[in-house]
Amino acid sequence: MHIVDGALSSPVLITGAVLTVIGVFIGLKKMDYDHLPLVGVLASVFFIASYIHLPLGFSSVHLIMNGLLGILLGWVAFPALLVALLLQVIFFGFGGLLVLGVNTLNIALPAVIIYYLCYRGIRHESAKVAAIWGAMGGAGAIIITSLMVAFSLALSGESFVLAAKAVLPAHIPIMIIEGFVSYAAVYLIHTVKPEFITKDAH
Amino acid sequence: MSQGLEHSLTSWSGQALKHQASWIDDIDARVRVVCSGLFALVVVSSQYFVPALLGLLCAFLLVKSSKLNIKRTLRRVVAMDLFMLMLICVLPFTTPGDAIFTVFGLTASWQGLFHALLITVKANAVLLVLFSLVATMSASTLGHALAHLKVPDKLVHLMLFMVRYLDVISQEYKKMRRAMQARAFVLRTNRHTWKSIGYLFGMLLIRSVERAERISDAMKCRGFCGRYYLNDEMKIGRVDVVFSVTFLCFLGLLIGLNVNDLFR
Repeated sequence: MHIVDGALSSPVLITGAVLTVIGVFIGLKKMDYDHLPLVGVLASVFFIASYIHLPLGFSSVHLIMNGLLGILLGWVAFPALLVALLLQVIFFGFGGLLVLGVNTLNIALPAVIIYYLCYRGIRHESAKVAAIWGAMGGAGAIIITSLMVAFSLALSGESFVLAAKAVLPAHIPIMIIEGFVSYAAVYLIHTVKPEFITKDAH
Repeated sequence: MSQGLEHSLTSWSGQALKHQASWIDDIDARVRVVCSGLFALVVVSSQYFVPALLGLLCAFLLVKSSKLNIKRTLRRVVAMDLFMLMLICVLPFTTPGDAIFTVFGLTASWQGLFHALLITVKANAVLLVLFSLVATMSASTLGHALAHLKVPDKLVHLMLFMVRYLDVISQEYKKMRRAMQARAFVLRTNRHTWKSIGYLFGMLLIRSVERAERISDAMKCRGFCGRYYLNDEMKIGRVDVVFSVTFLCFLGLLIGLNVNDLFR
């Protein structure tokens, strides 16, 4: 979920921006110019994932897939997501300019956390086990993301607490869908091209 | 509505928003980026209605003079405004203050309503300025401008690569979706859909990574040593000076309106 400009208080905005700068810095340190094509292409895949709208009853939700991105990219998820979100703000008007730091942090930090949690599990030799780790990663990233969105809203003022409480239940269906989709994606990659997951450890 | 959004997104490949040539196109890209950044900073941190509304007015003027398609531009901000509508409904009830009316024992307050409206005005103003000043250049021009503004080189490279391959990968995605449609696959709310989309996504990843390997091989073949060179020289001309001075004066006015207690 993109938070818009003007809603959050300045301490939250500044904290988000500083943490994002640190994350991006670490990510850029870890990324060589050699990896650029790979990271660029993966970032575009995730950009495109965010416009796959899946129907959900009468409405629809779009995939976020930050868990899987984190598993593949690690810290490099920070610069990749920053660029993707910047393009989305400027050319599509999703979110806002000054909240870019907070929005990037809310999506990229869970990705990095999932990277450390699922790093081993996703490389399990059995495709089923790896896929279950993938599903947990996909769903887990959404849980952490929605918690962070809720926190950044709640920290911005008493009046946002209700909205913050609404964020969590709103993300439960997305979490379930993302879990299933990640399961299938990891299962497929494991069966079709296992070296892709095992090799990409940067 | 989600269908319409999906369409506009999938066909984007880094080009500028459609618009007719205007004087804004003549302004240096760096000036436009810096000005819109400062504008966002000033407008978002303003606490009163008058400066925020003036900012919105300025944003409308800029949209008008950049000759963007008004209808399309508004459609882009509507998605955000739907979210804001929710906020407008919630905030009056959660902010304590003077009551407007009471429903089921809950009181709506003027302060909350004003707060929600203020956020709406600010968010719209920032987005409209971004559309008119920044989105009227192509994404690669934006990348070059950022590079000239000393944004880390790798980040700019990442952006240029991403913009370049967005189109290629969205073609790939559309091809696979069409293949699924040809086999009578319809998106529904069930596990079969999610599994199929997961497979689609996994396949998209695999194909893209293979493509990335081919790209980097091909680029190495042609002597790519890991970086692009920015050959375009950006020069500050008279238009740029006039525009930035006017814009900065306007921002100064907004700041002044915030400092002054006149409109409290």
